[in-house]
Amino acid sequence: MTRPARRRQRVPLALLLPAGLGLLFLVLPLAGLLVRAPWTTLPRRLAQPGVLTALRLSLETATAATLLCVVLGVPLAWLLARVEFPGRRLVRALVTVPLVLPPVVGGVALLLVFGRRGLLGSWLDATFGVTLPFTTAGVVLAEAFVAMPFLVIAVEGALRGADPRYEEAAATLGAGRWTTFTRVTLPLVAPGVAAGAVLCWARALGEFGATITFAGNYPGRTQTMPLAVYLALETDVQAAIVLSLILLTVSVAILAGLRDRWVGTA
Amino acid sequence: MTTPPLLDAHLVADRGAFHLDLRLRIGAGEVVALLGPNGAGKTTALRALAGLDPLSAGHLTLGGADLDRPDRRVWTPPERRPVGVVFQDYLLFPHLSALDNVAFGPRRRGADRRTARARAQGWLDRVGLGEQARRRPRQLSGGQAQRVALARALAVEPTLLLLDEPLAALDARTRLDTRAELQHHLGAHPGATLLVTHDPLDALVLADRLVIVEQGRVVQEGDAATVTARPRTDYVARLVGLNLHRGHADGHAVTVGGLTLTTADTVRGEAFVAFPPAAVALHPNRPDGSPRNVWPATVTGVQRHGDNLRVQLAGPVAVAADVTPAAAAHLGLRPGQPVWAAVKAAETRAYPA
Repeated sequence: MTRPARRRQRVPLALLLPAGLGLLFLVLPLAGLLVRAPWTTLPRRLAQPGVLTALRLSLETATAATLLCVVLGVPLAWLLARVEFPGRRLVRALVTVPLVLPPVVGGVALLLVFGRRGLLGSWLDATFGVTLPFTTAGVVLAEAFVAMPFLVIAVEGALRGADPRYEEAAATLGAGRWTTFTRVTLPLVAPGVAAGAVLCWARALGEFGATITFAGNYPGRTQTMPLAVYLALETDVQAAIVLSLILLTVSVAILAGLRDRWVGTA
Repeated sequence: MTTPPLLDAHLVADRGAFHLDLRLRIGAGEVVALLGPNGAGKTTALRALAGLDPLSAGHLTLGGADLDRPDRRVWTPPERRPVGVVFQDYLLFPHLSALDNVAFGPRRRGADRRTARARAQGWLDRVGLGEQARRRPRQLSGGQAQRVALARALAVEPTLLLLDEPLAALDARTRLDTRAELQHHLGAHPGATLLVTHDPLDALVLADRLVIVEQGRVVQEGDAATVTARPRTDYVARLVGLNLHRGHADGHAVTVGGLTLTTADTVRGEAFVAFPPAAVALHPNRPDGSPRNVWPATVTGVQRHGDNLRVQLAGPVAVAADVTPAAAAHLGLRPGQPVWAAVKAAETRAYPA
């Protein structure tokens, strides 16, 4: 038997050059953030009350939006993956609309439906006295609207990859559809749900356009980190850098932590 | 059978161009093997019995209860049928331990957690896997996974136990052990058992009765001795390793193609003649002497078959002959070579078609 000749892997320059530029393009802005950060005044700036408030609001609303997406999105993904119904392709297309829709347009659309004079909003206001725009709940709604497609697509993919015959095996053992879903299907696609939730959470954390349009920019109530960064940029660039750094650190840390724990094989 | 069978089914189903029409009756404690080539409808039949696909006509009665009866719009979903299934690749839930896999059925059928687990442990002990209860399916060997799957199906105490190619995924050595184990457990099962397989050995060892299907229909049915001695289709003949020909009989002579074979049995009308390849003797020249069936043939192929060589012959009838390597060397067998084939009447079997 002859051993295959050891050959140096040649990478064509036409691919190597743009690849390197692409990497630089992605990393350079982050490096710039680190270089320009006011490291000496960092502790003092971090202690400012507005910063922590915005950070907490961001984490809370992103988490709440993710929960909302999981509760509504997993059943939706199951429906798309497991049930044959007319118009399924149309429904799948509709689910992905927020993905391509500019977030600001999404915010306007939310305002038209859930606004005080909106289609549902006026009824909610009249019946329950609930108003959503320009409230923390509105932030959650805006974030969930933008982030849900990420979850639905990830979970539907996981469901399609999971062998439906496990569900048939569960049925022959006496499990109804609901029990099969909770005891067999969901555990089987748990990594997919976790991956989808992480993506969804990251998208919600960074949400800006729909949030500022639908919920406004009230410190402590609807001003999340991205909004605070944007606002600070107009008055105090140093503050904007600090806020950006915090957002970057927190999201990377949490994503890394979750990835190791839940999405280890992904 | 004097008592009514536990399972009484007439399975009619259409899957595209494929049409299944199968009558099946299995008594309590009886093990029936559904044997057939790939695409014969075995899996369709199993899925219909389990309730994973509905029948399009016919009926399915188990223990006196109609489970599927399209004409009366009766249909019981799989989760409410007293049916246990061992799937071909077992389908053990990968996120549950062996114990929880087996406890899954009893739990779903109303037992509380402790009772279900105790019952599951009992079943694992019975299949000899009490020690492996905590293991996940991926930590089990193929043979162990097969036994867990069997325990899981039996733990719901099914009236009808279905096994889909239960030994197909195992290597030869494990298969031998597991087959013996399986035979023991199937013997102890008080309900009806249907074993779906394309392996004749599984069917012969494990089943009391064979039902052979081809193209969605029963082509032959009976105990192992009858089916192996008197095959009625080429598929069955190949399974049991016999030359089979259909012809017209007139007493001790059966005319097949242009050849008349003398047989020991007496038959009249349409008939089958069967004889083992080992009964076919090959000669370089026309043999004379004892009254034999003799005809000229041409070698079309030679393959190894156990310790012997199996020679495929063309001629007035196509047959297979088994010869020893020494005889083959003496004859100098190679494709295209003319030989004389001879079969003693006493080694043939003739029976009405």
